Amino acid sequence: MSNENHSVADETIKISPDMFERATGAQKEDSEKIAAPSLSFLQDSWRRLKKNKAAVLSLIVLILMMLASVAAPILAPRDPNAQVIQHANLPPKIPGVDINGLNGTSVAGTTRVDKYEQQNVPDDVYYFLGTDSLGRDLLSRILYGTRVSLLIAFVAALFDLTIGVTYGLVSGWYGGRVDNVMQRILEIISGVPNLVVVILMLLVLNPGITSIIIALAITGWISMARVVRAQTLKLKNQEYILAARALGESPVQIALKHLIPNLSGVIIIQTMFSIPSAIFFEAFLSFIGIGIPAPTASLGTLINDGYKTFRFLPHLMWYPAGVICVLMIAFNLLADGLRDAFDPKMKD
Amino acid sequence: MADNREKILEVKHLKQYFNAGTKNEVRAVDDVSFDIYKGETFGLVGESGSGKSTTGRSIIRLYDPTDGEIDFEGTKVHNISGKKDMLQFRRDMQMIFQDPYASLNPKMKIRDIIAEGIDIHGLASSQAERNKRVNELLELVGLNPDHATRYPHEFSGGQRQRIGIARALAVKPKFIVADEPISALDVSIQAQVVNLLMELQKSQGLTFLFIAHDLSMVKYISDRIGVMNAGKLLELAPAEDVYNRPLHSYTESLLSAVPLPDPEYERSRRRTQYVPRQANGEEEKMREIVPGHFVYCRESEVEALKQKEAAYHK
Repeated sequence: MSNENHSVADETIKISPDMFERATGAQKEDSEKIAAPSLSFLQDSWRRLKKNKAAVLSLIVLILMMLASVAAPILAPRDPNAQVIQHANLPPKIPGVDINGLNGTSVAGTTRVDKYEQQNVPDDVYYFLGTDSLGRDLLSRILYGTRVSLLIAFVAALFDLTIGVTYGLVSGWYGGRVDNVMQRILEIISGVPNLVVVILMLLVLNPGITSIIIALAITGWISMARVVRAQTLKLKNQEYILAARALGESPVQIALKHLIPNLSGVIIIQTMFSIPSAIFFEAFLSFIGIGIPAPTASLGTLINDGYKTFRFLPHLMWYPAGVICVLMIAFNLLADGLRDAFDPKMKD
Repeated sequence: MADNREKILEVKHLKQYFNAGTKNEVRAVDDVSFDIYKGETFGLVGESGSGKSTTGRSIIRLYDPTDGEIDFEGTKVHNISGKKDMLQFRRDMQMIFQDPYASLNPKMKIRDIIAEGIDIHGLASSQAERNKRVNELLELVGLNPDHATRYPHEFSGGQRQRIGIARALAVKPKFIVADEPISALDVSIQAQVVNLLMELQKSQGLTFLFIAHDLSMVKYISDRIGVMNAGKLLELAPAEDVYNRPLHSYTESLLSAVPLPDPEYERSRRRTQYVPRQANGEEEKMREIVPGHFVYCRESEVEALKQKEAAYHK
């Protein structure tokens, strides 16, 4: 039995030295290899952003809204301030659509009537989103109004990113007495309410975009400065910052190479917080009557006008309110996606 | 024996107080003096909060000392002014940090982390030269050149620490402050990193200030050891002497805490408690008991310490 086994093994397995391969250094190196592909920072961020469906959708929506508002003079079917009294208070009417609410009819009392016919509007005249009480085209007014809101948004972001980030970095980095003085100044500025600044601005300037922008320039960046300062205080004792100092890196370079990239998360989030609040600030000022003056449209003034007749002409409030909601949600979702995308530790 | 060797660093009466003059004053380093010779490894040990890291950071001028003097190759470190001289000093002295997870910027690629010093000091004239230098450094510390395009989080602690070492070596320093470079690492990785440091010392002609709290590791790597506690240097001697012939009771206490892989010994090991003495008005300072072996003591104790030293030789 054992003999037989032995012979079987002999026949089947013949081990010779040339069956072996010498282990080489190359194999050892393989064990240190990292399989994931290596990408540049922006490629990597873009790859992560693409995986976040909500953020991509928001980005597309925002780009479309921006394009639409920039191209408002071309896209707008009518002059947003031109009044056609005969066409006042018309509901939306879109050619080829026969759905109640979009076909030019509205409910008067208990019956649904065709307002366009009632007011003798020619058959080839369509107001896609209806008109207001002065016969102004709502679609054109929304396009122009979005323009104002986005302008305010970018101004707010600009002040956040320039004054706010710089102020916070300087205050946090130098610390000690510099920090103390800078923080006291900040407290004094933040002690004056925005509203007071705007009202004081009315003494020198006419109400309008300029006074809103100046008010934002004075107070809008404060929370950004505080957040950046707190994070800088935390980061400046990190060992990689110490290593940069030990290598002789200048404070400006440390801020650009080490602090800002690592602060990008909070900076993006904070910016995206201040954009909606700036848009609302404008809307609020317009609502109480010291924002954008009368004929000019902004989302705030449109909502203000619409809310007065909401019971009878709901479309005058629904559409601008819808636009402002989409704007806010898109900014927030995009911010969320960007924060994750800029973090190389987030793999997927 | 040490006198004929060239001093690279002299620390004289270094004092580093935080919140000086207020109620919260912390005397992190309180009147510490020692010399480091060219080409040696000087170990600095002590428990957490004893001021050893602060000493290292003051030496490399991350802190401005309250008082005292640090001479590096004959220049007073804290009098260096002017951008050019400061940059030269930054090139000559570098630091390796304790926490490999905190010492690399998570948003930068390994190539840019290592090349940071090269960029600051203009050591590469072209992008190709810069990349070549980074690849050389990666190989020098035992890493793969294609790691250059990776982010720090893709590496293990030991690999990260080697990246930190490569960053320090990029500017070709003469002196390196190693601030507990191994205490955050796994024991098997500790040996890797320590052996790497010792190899580099030989091949690059480096001088180390090695800060640690692990006495057995410090003894392995150091030529001379200084023992610190509560901001004071208590004993300074060649590594063998500190380990085998400790004179200060704090050193004895530290040694009694070192575990050995010997169950018989461990079962009977008793930790020696260190009780700081009450001040009695007599001046305490570093005194040389036998050549090269300094102890922080009072004049009246010198005789007793000399006898204690002699007793070790019997």
